[in-house]
This record gives sequence, structure tokens and C-alpha cells, in this order.
Amino acid sequence: MSSDLSEIEKHDDSHPELNAHTDALLPDPGMHEHHWRPTDVDPKAEKRAERQVSLFFGLSALCSVLFVVAYFTVEPGYDGDVLAGYGASNLALGASLGFALLFLGIGVIQWARKLVVDIEMSEERHPASPAPATREVALAELKAALNESGMARRPFIRNAMIGSAALLGLPAIVMLKDLGQTNAQITEEQPYPGAGLEHTVWDAGVRVVRDVVGTPIRPGDLEVGDLVNAEPATIFDGSLHGAPLQIAKSKAATILLRMDPNDITNDVTRNWSVNGIVAYSKICTHVGCPISLNERTTHHLLCPCHQSTFDLADHGKVIFGPAGRHLPQLPLGVDADGFLVALSDYPEPVGVSYWERNTYDIDEIFDEWSEDHAADAEQYGYKEGGQ
Amino acid sequence: MSTDTSKVAASNGTNPATPAGKPTKAGAAANWADERLNLSGFSKFLSRKIFPDHWSFMLGEIALWSFVVLLVTGVFLTLWFKPSMAEITYQGSYAPLRGIDMSEAMASTLEISFDVRGGLLLRQVHHWAAMIFIAGMMVHMMRVFFTGAHRKPREINWVIGATLLLLGTLEGFTGYSLPDDLLSGTGIRAADGFIMAIPIVGTYISFFLFGGEFPGDDIIPRLFTIHVLLIPALLLALIGAHLILLIYHKHTHWPGPGRSEKNVVGYPMVPNYISKMTGFFFITFGVTALLGAFFSLNPVWKFGPYDPTKVTAGSQPDWYMGWPDGALRIMPGWESHFWGSTWSWNIFFPVIVLPMVAWMVVLLLPFIEAWITGDKREHHLLQRPRNAPTRTATFVALMTFYAGFWAAGGNDIIAIKFDLSINQITYFLRAFVFLGPIAAFIITRRWCIALQRHDNEKLLHGYETGTVIRTPEGAYHEKHLPLPEDEAFAMTVRDRGRTGDEPELKKNGKLSLRAKLRAFYYDHDVDKPTAEELSEAHHHAEHEAHALAAHEGHQVDGHDFDDHRHSAIEEPLSR
Repeated sequence: MSSDLSEIEKHDDSHPELNAHTDALLPDPGMHEHHWRPTDVDPKAEKRAERQVSLFFGLSALCSVLFVVAYFTVEPGYDGDVLAGYGASNLALGASLGFALLFLGIGVIQWARKLVVDIEMSEERHPASPAPATREVALAELKAALNESGMARRPFIRNAMIGSAALLGLPAIVMLKDLGQTNAQITEEQPYPGAGLEHTVWDAGVRVVRDVVGTPIRPGDLEVGDLVNAEPATIFDGSLHGAPLQIAKSKAATILLRMDPNDITNDVTRNWSVNGIVAYSKICTHVGCPISLNERTTHHLLCPCHQSTFDLADHGKVIFGPAGRHLPQLPLGVDADGFLVALSDYPEPVGVSYWERNTYDIDEIFDEWSEDHAADAEQYGYKEGGQ
Repeated sequence: MSTDTSKVAASNGTNPATPAGKPTKAGAAANWADERLNLSGFSKFLSRKIFPDHWSFMLGEIALWSFVVLLVTGVFLTLWFKPSMAEITYQGSYAPLRGIDMSEAMASTLEISFDVRGGLLLRQVHHWAAMIFIAGMMVHMMRVFFTGAHRKPREINWVIGATLLLLGTLEGFTGYSLPDDLLSGTGIRAADGFIMAIPIVGTYISFFLFGGEFPGDDIIPRLFTIHVLLIPALLLALIGAHLILLIYHKHTHWPGPGRSEKNVVGYPMVPNYISKMTGFFFITFGVTALLGAFFSLNPVWKFGPYDPTKVTAGSQPDWYMGWPDGALRIMPGWESHFWGSTWSWNIFFPVIVLPMVAWMVVLLLPFIEAWITGDKREHHLLQRPRNAPTRTATFVALMTFYAGFWAAGGNDIIAIKFDLSINQITYFLRAFVFLGPIAAFIITRRWCIALQRHDNEKLLHGYETGTVIRTPEGAYHEKHLPLPEDEAFAMTVRDRGRTGDEPELKKNGKLSLRAKLRAFYYDHDVDKPTAEELSEAHHHAEHEAHALAAHEGHQVDGHDFDDHRHSAIEEPLSR
């Protein structure tokens, strides 16, 4: 058989012609005569180019030395006020390294352009596809290999091999299961307070405290129009650390706003407010940015990431932007010491949408909340229809 | 081609390049290696490979070299960076953050910035190089498509290139997420929102990725592994394949004297391109180093550590993530609820579906075009963008689509800087991303066709000299001169008319979709002149030149026509 193949090869080892597909409207003038550069024919120009190149290399070497000098002499550290904010160390090291590299590069390019022989050449192309003969040989060899290995004649063990190799993908995939617990598992097991997408660390009687400092808030502390970034007191009682603390913060962040009670346009919003103070989740229902831009006169809250705008006077409904749902509202009350507290956890999951999320409209949410929490909430001054 | 190199030899010194006599030590070492590795064979294969010369062939090189800069600076950064979310209290040298709790990742980023000499420079060079890497890939991709270098046999390299762009973008995102500062944490949180919006499996993917609920303490180490191991390995492998295919196919070149589909005209790898490329690597590295020295980038110490309750106004991702972010901003807030489930079209569509579809479209462009044109030939001569009006217009339309979303990614910045209503900007851009590409398509195609006509004018009637002649009758003529031979030749090297086979009709005798698209593709395309038109035009021009030449003795002053008269009279116009 091998002699047959070499026969084919001998007879037809030419590649298929590259098809020329333009009619020759004008004759090809052909490649140009080579133009000699001044540096090729004039020894003075050549010397000059040589001097230029060596000057660039010299400058590069100088800059490299300067880098080392700067490394040992210029103190690092925050010096944002030095040299118009550049920082002395960064500027000295960066400029010396940058110019060392740049001069080296320019020198090499100058060498290539002025001194390296620049004679244009032509090289023949071949089609990307193999010559038909080569293909025939390859196919014949492949066929022989299939026969010799018995792949074609023994389909059962061939398929068994392919099947068992494919099954080896299972261990790789199964291993990924322990990347993390699912939402259902976490919600079930409650490994830390407020675990799972449907919960936060807010609960009935948890004080609403100021962000950063953690001090509780009396309704009288807020003027109409005041906006306060708030957290549950739980964040500051020292019980949470590390990941559970970050998770708690990421879901519990809350916005407090005091407005004229007459401005509130929604009954549910009014029921969950105290003296015109309303509390909403700070986590945008779009992709979860903490919302922070308040339009004081309109009670509108704007998310700085994607500009969703929510009306805090009307159950946080979306009035502009890409968000699909209103901001969840935290029902507020006042405890025996006169501080603002939550009447319950958020009545619906805060933050971004997810597929398993059961979404209702605000009146349904309120009805369900009333059934579960209204009785308990009375101890914090809750009364449907106004406080 | 045989060129007399005696002059070069003379000017490059009198000693022979390889002195006779005892072999040097380097020679002996090379010999040792050659006997084992066949270096001679490799050198023979590669060193005299011809690469054509054109400034636009350098764009891909920018991407290549900035990737090397990324590898070098990245390795240095891993020496100090601690990819850990363990909470520590910062006690480093940056006073404003001292005593504040943060992750080790953030603390080590501050350490690199302020306590490691040259560390800030490394960070900034690394980040600048990443920006340039992706910009370089995109500009290179534009060059390839506008000049038709994506056609057979280079479609696979196009696919590799598009994959590199996608991987580069992911690499950039995972990279700028690592410091765990406020801005990057906001980005990760948004990404978590994107993942959660995937129907059915979104919550599972999110919980597996974050090791439980957001933010957890697994995400930074996991992103680190993806950023320094997984994606770089893929990038390296694909860049290798990209370059191997480039060498195998040989580089495309522009039409010109002596250049055809069957050859490649340019300069050899050794010594010309090896030296130019080496020089260009240092220049790329030098420019990124200077950017790192003079232009601050991602000052994480100003943002502070990540705190899930905080965000800064004007939060913006790196530029290449801007367009999906813009799509997210201008998408209407559509969300459906049924059977106890929530479907976030407002997120899933703009940031998951749209980028995937856009990427698939880019990936398939060469195949779609080949299917429409029916062109199965190999192409090694580049086309000017005007000579493929529909293709050029299509890509400009895609770029306009991109630009609309990209602008939307900065709608808040536009609103502030230009004192405009963010609502109006959003409404405008919602319309623009649909209407803008259509307008861009029409304008670009007409523009290309006008340029094709202009080319034909120049071929037939010569170029405009700017010399106006008044005849004794009082008529004015502008004198035209024939194009230089090379330019005229380069202009005429292009296909005449449709290139593929005619698509067959459907059974009912109507045009198939493919036939309709093909008709649309070539609609109004201006063919180059025929040989008859060319010779007739030249004959006419010659006649006119003689007629005009008769008047040229009566000049207004002695200077205006001096240069042109010579060539108009003495050079025959038709060849």
C-alpha cells in the first residue's frame, strides 16, 4: 500500500492554484527598483545614524541607573501632595523606567530603520488547504490506523471507552457542589443571624441606629427633610464578625427619611412610618447598589449606579430608571425608651431580584404582614391608620 | 528579485561578517544546541519569512506587547498581593485609613501602593496596560474587518481573536475586582445582581461562586485564581495559536506594484521585523510605564475598603465594561412575576443576553458574509473599506450600536458635565441605539459608494491639479493629470461585480433569503471601469490636453503653470 501512496504523491504534489479573480485592467508595474537610503550610500549619514542610535542606548542606560538611584533615595509612602499629586517616588521611578524603556525602543527602531538593510522581497504564497494528494495520503493513513487499532471492527469496546471517558466528567462537576451552600440550605440551617435571601438581621424591637457610629435615634432628632443612613443595632453589638458581618451589612442597610406626614401618599407607607419618618432598604432592587442620592424636595431617591429613582412618599415605587420593583419598606415603631425600632424584619426580601423570589404587590404584602406582626407591633406604638 | 547589495556591504564595514578560523564559544554553544534541536531548520523556516509593511498592521502588535507587559508586571504584583478576605485592622503608612477594618486584599493593595517601592508604579502600569490591551484588540479587530482580512482562509483566526477579546474583558473585570476597595466591591455586587437575574439557575450560580451569600469571604481568592491562572493560560494558548496561524497563512498585504494574491511583498523577519518588533515592545512598555508615572489610575485609597452599605456617586467600571453597563442603565424596568417566580428582563436581557448575542454576531461575521456573498476563494489582498460598502456600513452600524450603549454607561457624567436632564438623555439613547445604527449604515454605505465613484473619476479623468485654465472663449477648465502608474494599478486590483455563484431560486420561483441578501449586499456597488471606458477616457483626456496646451502660452503670470505644463505636454495620457 505504501508504494501506492508514494505513487500518488509523485504524480500530484502540486497545490491547487490560487485563483486570480481580478481582470487585469492595467499592467502590473512590478516591484520598484530599490531606493538606497542616505545611510546606505553616504558614510557620513551612516555614522550620524550610528551616533543617534548609540545616544539613545546611552540615554536608556542612564535612565536605568537613575531608576536604581531613585529606588534607594526617594522615600515611598503616601505623598499625594508632592508634585501635584503624582507622588515623588512613583514619579521618579516611573519616569526613569519609562524613559529607559522608551529610549531603548527608539534606539532599536532607529537602528532598524536607518541601518538594517531594507530591501523589499517577495515570497510566494501557497493555499491554506493541503494538496489533494496530501489529503488522500492523510485519509488513507487514518483509515489504516482505524483498521489496525480495531476501532472500526470492535464498536462495543470503542463505545464503552468513549462512554467511560465521558463519565469521568462527572467527578469534575460533582466536585463543584461544595463551592458553596445553596440559598435553600442556608435559609433552612440559619448558620448566622439573618441567613438567606429572604431574611436580614432586622427583627421586631431592633433599634434603628446611625451608620458608622451606631447611636440610636429618637424621632425628634430628625428634622423634616433629614436623611440618615441607618443600620440595625445588631451590627454594632459585637456579635457579628467577618463574613456574617459583611453579609448582615449588605442586606440590612437602611435609609431613614423624615418628611411632612401629609406628603405621604400611600396608606401602607403611612402605616409603617412614625411622625413622617419612613425607613426603606438602602439596597437597590435593580442590581444591589446602596442607594444614596436624595432629592430633598421631592422625596425621590436616586441610585448612583444606574439611576433608578424611587418615590419614598409612595411605598418606594419606581418612577424612573431600570429597576423593576419598589424599594422594600421597613415598618417603624418606637420602643419604651423613645428610640426608633423596627416592627419586624423587612416584610419582603431586600435587594436584587432572583428567580425564586415570590413577588406580590404592596397591599398583599401589607395584609400578610398585618396578620403576622400587627399584634406584636402594638407594643411599639403601631396602630393601623396612623401613629 | 536580485538586488545589488554591494553598496550595503561596502557601507556596513569592510570585514566579512563571519571571520574565518577557530569557532567562537557562542558558535560552539549554538552548534551544541543545533545538533539536538535543529535550530537551523527552525531558523530557515522563520527567519526569512516575509511580512508586509503598513502602519495598520502594528495595531495587533500593541495588544500583543501590552499583554507581555501585563504578564511581567502581574508576576511582580503577585509577590506582594494577598488574595484574602480575612478582616484585619489597617496599620500601614497611609494615615487616613489607619485603624480601619478591611480585608487583607485591600490592606496588601495599600501596602503595594505605599510601602513597596515602585509598587504603585507596578499597579498603575498593570492597569494601564490592561486598558491598552483591550483597546488594542478592538482597534486591531476593526482594521481586520474593514480591510477584509477576516475572509477565507483567516476565519478561524478571527474566531480566536474574538475569543481573546471576550477573555481579555473577563480578565480585566476579575483583575480590577481584586483590591476589594469600595469601587470594585460595588462592581462585584452588581455582577452578583447580574448572575441572580439568570432565570432558574441564577441563585445557584451566585451561591456557588460566592461560597454562600454575597459577599462571603471566598470571592476574592476565587477571582484571584481565575485572574492569575485560568484566564492567562487560555489567553497565552490562544495568542500562540493566533500567531502560528498568522505565520501559516502569511500576512495579508495591500494591492500595489508587484503585489498579488499569490505572493507577499515586504521585509524578512530577520533582521527587519525582529528588530522593529523588539523596538516596538520596548516602546509599548515605555509608554505604559510613563502613563503609570504621570497618570494616576484607580486610586483605591481614595475609595476606601469595600463596605456593602456604601457607594460613591459616579461609580463607573473600566471603559470596556461600559457598554453593557450602559445597556443596563437605559433598559426599561421590565420584570415579570408568575407562579411564585421573578423574571428580571431588565437585567437578564441587557447584561447577559445582549453581550452574548453581540459577541456571537461578531464571531459569526466572516461566516455570515461568506454565506451572503457565496465567495469561496482565498483572499490575501486587502480591500479598502470603500470597496465593500455593505460590509463597512455593517461594522460602522455595529460600532454605533456599541457607542450608544457606551455613552449610556456615562449618562450621569454627561448629565452633570453638560447640565442635561438624565431622563432626557436616557430616552434619547433608548431611541438612538436602534435608529443610530440604521442611520450610520445608510450614511456609511452612501459614503463608500461616493468614494468608489470618486476613485473611478480619478482613474478615468486623472486627479485634480487645482490648475484652472481659461480658454479664449471664456470657458474655464480644471486641468486633470493622470494618476501615477502605481496608484492607478493599486486602484484597479479589485473584483468586478458579484463574486460568488448565483444562488438558486426557491421552488416557487421566488428569490431565496440568501439571494435577497446578496442583492442587498451588492446594491449600488460601483464597479471599476472597463478596459474600453479606460482607454476612451484616456483618449479623450489626451485630446483635451492638447487643446488646452495650445492656450497655455498665454499665462497671466509666469509661475502658475510652470510645473504642470511640462508633464501635460510631454507625458502621453493614454498608455
